[in-house]
Amino acid sequence: MAEVQTTFVKAINAALARAMRADERVIVLGEDVAEGGPYTTTAGLAEEFGIERVINTPISEAAVCGAAIGAAQAGLRPVVEIMFIDFLTLALDQLVNQAAKAHFMSGGQLTVPLVVRTQGGAGSRSGAQHSQSLEAWLTHVPGLKVVMPSCAADAAGLLASAIADPNPVVFVENKSLYFRRELAPEDPAPVPLGRARTLRPGRDLTIVALSRLVGEALSAAEQLASDGIEAEVIDPRTLTPLDLDTIAESVRRTGRAVVAHEAVYTGGFGAEIAAQLQAAAFDFLKAPIQRVGAPFTPVPVSPPLEDAYRPGAAEIHRAARIAAHWDEPFAASPEPGAVTAP
Amino acid sequence: MAREIPYIAAINEAIHQEMARDESVLYFGQNLATTENDEFLKAFGSDRVRVTPISETAEIGMAVGAAIAGMRPVVELYMAEFMLVAMDQVVNEAPRFRYMSGGRVKVPLVLKAGYGFTAGWAGQHTGSIYGMFMGIPGLKVALPATAADAKGLMATAIRDENPVCYFHHYLLTLEPGEVPEGEYLVPFGQASVRRSGGDVTIVATGWMVGKALAAAESLAAEGIEAEVIDPRTLVPLDIDTILSSVEKTGHVVLVDQATRHASASALIAAEIADHGFSALKAPIKQVTALDASVPYSEPMEAYVLPDEAKILCAVHQVLGTAPVAA
Amino acid sequence: MGTPTPPPASTSAELDGETALGLLRTMWRIRCFEERVAQLKRTLQVHGLIHLSIGGEGVAAAICGQLRDDDTVYSGHRAHGHAIAKGAPLDRVMAELMGRSDGLCRGLGGSMHLVDRAHGLLGATGVVAGNIPLAVGNALAARLRGSDQVTVVFFGDGAVQTGYFSESVNLAALWELPLILVCENNGFAEFTPRSAHTTVERVCDAVAPYRFPCQSVDGTDVGALFAVFAADLDLARRGRGPLLLECMTHRRRGHYEGDQEAYRDALADAEWQRRDPLARLQADAIAQRWLDEAGAGALEQGARAEVEQAVSFARASPFPALELAGELVYASER
Repeated sequence: MAEVQTTFVKAINAALARAMRADERVIVLGEDVAEGGPYTTTAGLAEEFGIERVINTPISEAAVCGAAIGAAQAGLRPVVEIMFIDFLTLALDQLVNQAAKAHFMSGGQLTVPLVVRTQGGAGSRSGAQHSQSLEAWLTHVPGLKVVMPSCAADAAGLLASAIADPNPVVFVENKSLYFRRELAPEDPAPVPLGRARTLRPGRDLTIVALSRLVGEALSAAEQLASDGIEAEVIDPRTLTPLDLDTIAESVRRTGRAVVAHEAVYTGGFGAEIAAQLQAAAFDFLKAPIQRVGAPFTPVPVSPPLEDAYRPGAAEIHRAARIAAHWDEPFAASPEPGAVTAP
Repeated sequence: MAREIPYIAAINEAIHQEMARDESVLYFGQNLATTENDEFLKAFGSDRVRVTPISETAEIGMAVGAAIAGMRPVVELYMAEFMLVAMDQVVNEAPRFRYMSGGRVKVPLVLKAGYGFTAGWAGQHTGSIYGMFMGIPGLKVALPATAADAKGLMATAIRDENPVCYFHHYLLTLEPGEVPEGEYLVPFGQASVRRSGGDVTIVATGWMVGKALAAAESLAAEGIEAEVIDPRTLVPLDIDTILSSVEKTGHVVLVDQATRHASASALIAAEIADHGFSALKAPIKQVTALDASVPYSEPMEAYVLPDEAKILCAVHQVLGTAPVAA
Repeated sequence: MGTPTPPPASTSAELDGETALGLLRTMWRIRCFEERVAQLKRTLQVHGLIHLSIGGEGVAAAICGQLRDDDTVYSGHRAHGHAIAKGAPLDRVMAELMGRSDGLCRGLGGSMHLVDRAHGLLGATGVVAGNIPLAVGNALAARLRGSDQVTVVFFGDGAVQTGYFSESVNLAALWELPLILVCENNGFAEFTPRSAHTTVERVCDAVAPYRFPCQSVDGTDVGALFAVFAADLDLARRGRGPLLLECMTHRRRGHYEGDQEAYRDALADAEWQRRDPLARLQADAIAQRWLDEAGAGALEQGARAEVEQAVSFARASPFPALELAGELVYASER
């Protein structure tokens, strides 16, 4: 398939337009969406589809999310944009108590084909209320699906599947991925929810990374290769449902695992992956599963502090080396505690 | 002197004593003090004991503001799930100000909410959602399982300089227990070993502690000695006490009334799998609710929730003493 | 609390005999159903949190009775009356309250989460005001489809103090949606009187700046309420909206079954007779000679018999297969 230069934002924008062309039940709602939104993910949609289907809303996250749930129950396929995942907190009751439970509590009578697009992540000097990675809570809620793409092609393919899904899906983007130049298929195929992607094969170690840290994991893997350690890098792409099979198969082969994300180490989704892996690959593990995450603090705004806060290739590399050398008799004893950024 | 009082009375006693001790402690929430005979209203007056409208967002936000201004509010929120309505205040306001102000302000605040009721409260009133509050830097989470802890943890929560989510279990409301009179504080971050044993470590919270202890008695009759640990606070989490036990037993069962996926027990499992790696002789087993909403129908509700039989089954699985069943 | 002044004279002049009898029949079905539920709750054959609407049947009957199956109703925790008046079969509502597989929601929802898609009841909720935004979205869908469907959302006066209410009213007004907001103002938010919740006496006053049609009516005067809602419905049907109707009612029972009600004095029987929408409409109907005493007795007996059949139906229905709990977490059909 022909590949074109694109960005994450353009891929999202094109995927929305494709879905709206294909199905007139698809509508887009959110603050400033008709103007394209602060990151231009909805640019041009109002011009093509009209402001009846690309609906600007007041700053009322709870009611807007609720209205989208009601519209979904009435047969539309709304895509709501919550500008920052930090503000999803304002609509969390709607997602948890209405969207996630409606199908179950109605004995299957109601469905909520809803996509909530939002973005998180630190790095923009925006401070503690505009930089968080809060996806782990959403994965604790039965009935919600949670998607976290790491590149433009997957973003387009996963968004197509999320819009087609009959369940509420929270689609978590990362602002620092938005404007990188990437190659992606001109006409990306839908990517099924619940299928991980192995980006790099390796026999010595498995790195499971989410969102922005997928790229960081690939960098770390290059460094590890020069150390003589061949790391396999897997991107689960969706957290709920989680493709444990792909991850566990890899770990059973390599015997070592690092799980990496930008969210806090304590309370981040890495614990869930580690908990499932220790059960699924117990007899194959040669070293404890290492987790990489942010320290247990709010996101600081000061540039050097924020840079130190954000986990990246260096932290993954360090965790991988601990895992790789854990059972070597003369290796330095592994450092106890969380492998977080300094 | 200790005497036996119900769990709910122990909570109220702690709030009452702290209000008497420190006049900056306020108590407000929905349906509080609805009669003139209310014990808090009589003792502390309507300035410090306030009924609020059904406005969770404003209730918690107001408490954050009052706390920053030097008060110590205790907010009564009834159902833990209703806190989701005000999650922005719980996540982006309460635990953030100390940090964002460079430590110049503090937010001593208690958010008191019940959870875990069964018997038909169905999908929106029974959720055990405390796990969602674990990944929020700045917030502490207390989960008392006995009347004494209910009192001691509440008193500690009120005196803490940080926002604390205090989750009391509805099924324990009338459960009596020995509770010390007078000032009684249970420190945060200190697990309680409810029963000692060398064969398997069972970690349980809230209502599940009693289930785990009952299972441990059955196991003792079979010659299996279980150690039962109640963390009492999830943030901070006393992982050291748990790891010491795992060093001894090598086998772990985690009991959590919440749904399994990304739960508190998953976090504990990941910690043990990492730091207890060399001691573990078998995979850690989680006994949790089914990953579903809580159904209304009684038999189905029992089906989705963890119970003593499921704990026993899990213990046998990790010990390899019984055939592995699904 | 805001005490509605009962009108001195009958307003059933607004009704014709056939309509009045239809309303009475619905109200008796709700009244008998809920009285039976109270008994079943005491003997734990119905479990969970049960909130009864006795005293408010007139609102459910006068409003839901005028809606089509393709009009949508959302309701709160006190939803039995709305469900029954909207057409949900008594036997399947009762089976739901007993947690049986033939229940409306197959035993998964219960009293606070009734849904009957076929009759346009898209759901009750246990979070106060939690589904007012959903009703906004439902009306938005009707508007986008170009249909003449109308959405009605019922909520209590306690819900008016939530952010959900304020945000939803603003959205519905901004987007001019065919939504009728029906507030059942019974003067109590759960266990506390309205005076302890707000300084705004009437809900209509709280939305006045939006300038959409808004009326406060005596919710126990079923004839008058019927006429007022008919006019509102006609407007909404023709695309006007939103509208708000505040119905002053009396909650005969506690907040939930088992509530000790220490926070209020019971209404004297004579006062209850004046505020009981069922007794008032029935007296009017007899005065108008649409009905005689025997006919009234027959209405009640008919409803009681139907409720007993519903109880038998529910008891005969099996509990749901346990595996259903895992199967219905996610939808699979497209």
